[in-house]
Amino acid sequence: MMRLSYIARRNLASKPLQTALSVILLAFGVGMVSLMMLAEQQMSDQFERNIKDIDLVLGAKGSPLQLILANVYHVDAPTGNISLAEAEKVIRNPYIESGIPLAYGDNYRSFRIVGTEHSYPAHYDAIISEGILWEGVFDVTLGNAVASKTGLKVGDEFFSSHGLNDETDVHENKAFTVVGILAQSNSVIDKLILTGVESVWGVHAEHDDLELSVEELYASREITAVLLKKRNPMAILTLPNLLRETNMQVALPAIEINRLNQQFGIGAATLRSIALLIMILSFASIFISVFENMQARRYELALMRTMGGTPLTLIKLLLLEGGILSLFGTIFGLIISRIGLYILAAEIENKFQYDLGDIGLLAPEILLALFAILVGLIAAALPAFRTLRMDISKTLSNE
Amino acid sequence: MIEVNDLSFSYDGNSTIEFPDFQCNKGEKLLLIGDSGTGKTTLLHLLCGLLRPQSGNLNIAGIDINALNDRQLDKFRGRELGIVFQQSHFVQSLTVAENLSLPALLSGTDMNSSELQERTHVLLDRLGVGHKSDARPKDLSVGEQQRASIARALVHNPSVVFVDEPTSALDDKSTEAVIQLLEDETLKAGATLIIVTHDSRLKSRYKDQVELSNIINNPSIAS
Repeated sequence: MMRLSYIARRNLASKPLQTALSVILLAFGVGMVSLMMLAEQQMSDQFERNIKDIDLVLGAKGSPLQLILANVYHVDAPTGNISLAEAEKVIRNPYIESGIPLAYGDNYRSFRIVGTEHSYPAHYDAIISEGILWEGVFDVTLGNAVASKTGLKVGDEFFSSHGLNDETDVHENKAFTVVGILAQSNSVIDKLILTGVESVWGVHAEHDDLELSVEELYASREITAVLLKKRNPMAILTLPNLLRETNMQVALPAIEINRLNQQFGIGAATLRSIALLIMILSFASIFISVFENMQARRYELALMRTMGGTPLTLIKLLLLEGGILSLFGTIFGLIISRIGLYILAAEIENKFQYDLGDIGLLAPEILLALFAILVGLIAAALPAFRTLRMDISKTLSNE
Repeated sequence: MIEVNDLSFSYDGNSTIEFPDFQCNKGEKLLLIGDSGTGKTTLLHLLCGLLRPQSGNLNIAGIDINALNDRQLDKFRGRELGIVFQQSHFVQSLTVAENLSLPALLSGTDMNSSELQERTHVLLDRLGVGHKSDARPKDLSVGEQQRASIARALVHNPSVVFVDEPTSALDDKSTEAVIQLLEDETLKAGATLIIVTHDSRLKSRYKDQVELSNIINNPSIAS
C-alpha cells in the first residue's frame, strides 16, 4: 500500500526546480564545511605524523617556518647549508639525545634525494619491503611513493638533477643504484630517495677535493639540517643562545606549525563562515519551499483531512518532505566534499607529493550531517505546525 | 442510519442557524435541498464532522459524532464517510489511481494492497475512467474528474456518501446520468446517499427530502 513517504517524494518531484534549489544550496553548504573538516584533519594528521618526536631542527639562519617546512615536511626550499663540524658540536651537546643529519639539493623527477643515516627511516618506523637499506656510496633506498610513481626497481640506475624540482641540470658523472624499496609508512619518507650523506657530497665533489687533507675535507663538508631529539627541556632555552654567533638556528616544529595553523586558521574561519551562511540560506530555502507548498496545497491538505488524515498525518507528510530535502542535501554535500578533496589531493600531490586521499567519514562530519538534517526538519516543522490551526471547513468553502 | 435532532450552529457566536430534524435509514437516499444562504454547506460540513454544532444531536452510522474527540472524528470520517465535493480536487502529484488509494491510507482501513488495487480498477472501469487510472488529475476533463471523485468517495466502502451540488453546472441529460451513476454505485456499495443541492430538478426524483429554509435566530435582533 502507498505510504506517506511516497506521497512526500511525489510532491517534491512535482516541483523539480524548487526541490533542486533547496538540495543544491544545502549540498554546497554541507560540502564546504565537510571539505574544510576533511582538509584540516588530514593536514593535521600529516603534520603530527611527520613531526613525530622531532623536538628541534637545526639549520641555516632564515625563516624558522621555512626551516621546518623544508626539513621536516620537505615542501619548501632549505634556508641554506651548515657546517657538518659545527652541527656535530650541537649534536654532542649534553642537552641533546640524538640527531639525524640531512643533506640534500638534488632530485630525481622532482623526488628529493636526501643524504642521511639509517636512523632517519628508523625514526618513522619505515621497514624495507624489497632489497636493503643503502650501504655504499651512490646506493639509494626508495620511499614507497617514489618507487610506485617512477617505476624504479631494485638494481635500476639513474642520474640525479641539480635542484629540488628542476630536471635540466643532470649530474651525468655519477649514477645512483637502487638497492632497496621501503614499505609505505604514511610519512614524509614515502616521497624521498634516501642515501648516505657521502653520496650527496660525492655527486658534488670537485676535482680539487682530492688535493685536500682529511681535516680540511671534513671542515669543508656541509649538510642541510639536523633533526634533533632533546634529552633535557633546557635544550630549548640554551641552544638559541649558543648559536647566536653562528650562521645556524634551531626551530621548534610544534611552535612553527602552530603558528602556521593560526595563519591558515584565519582563512579557514572565513571559508567556514561563508559555508555556514550558505547552509543558513539553504535552511531558509527549505522553509520557503515547505511553506509555499503548504500554501499552494492547502486544499489538498484539507481534502486529506476529510479522508481520515489527522493533523499529525499532515505534519508528518510535510516533515518528511523537509527531511528528504535535508537528507539528500547532506548526502550530496558529503559527496561534493569528497570530490573537492580528491581535486585538492591531486593538486597537493602534484606539488608536494603529499597524499590527502583518505575520504573516510570523520566523527565531526557525522555531527554535521545530523545537525543539517535536524535543522532542515525544524525549518520544515515551522510551516508544518500551521496545519494544526487549519480550518478545514473554511478552506474547502473558499475554493 | 443518520439521525439529526435540534441541530444548530453559530459562526460568530451571535447568529445561530437552526436546522430541521431528519433521519435517513441505512442504504436509503435523502435530498437536502435549499436556496443559496440556507446553510446547505454548513449542514454538510456538520454532518461530515468538519464543523462542531452549537447544540443538538448528530448520529451517523450509530455513532454520536459530537461525542468523538478530534482524532476519533478524523478516523471516523475516513472510515465511514465518502464525500464528493462540488469541485473535484485531487492531490496533483499523484495519479488518479493513487488518489483513490488515499482514503485507505489515511483512514487505515483493513483493506489489503491487492484488494484495494482491484477495487480501484473495478470502480474506475465502472465509472468509465479506467483508461485514465495512471493519468495525472489535471489531464482529466471536468466530467472525468467528477466521476473519479465519485470513485474515490466509494473506494473504501463507506457507510454514508455525501455529495455536494453534483448537478449545478450540468444540463438535464448529464444530470440524469450523474445522479443515476451515484444511485447505482451507492446501491452496489450498500451505502446511504445524501445529496446536498439547490437544483430543483432533483425534487421530483426523491421521496425523502429535507427542505432547508433561512432559519437564523439572532438574539441581539430579537431583543
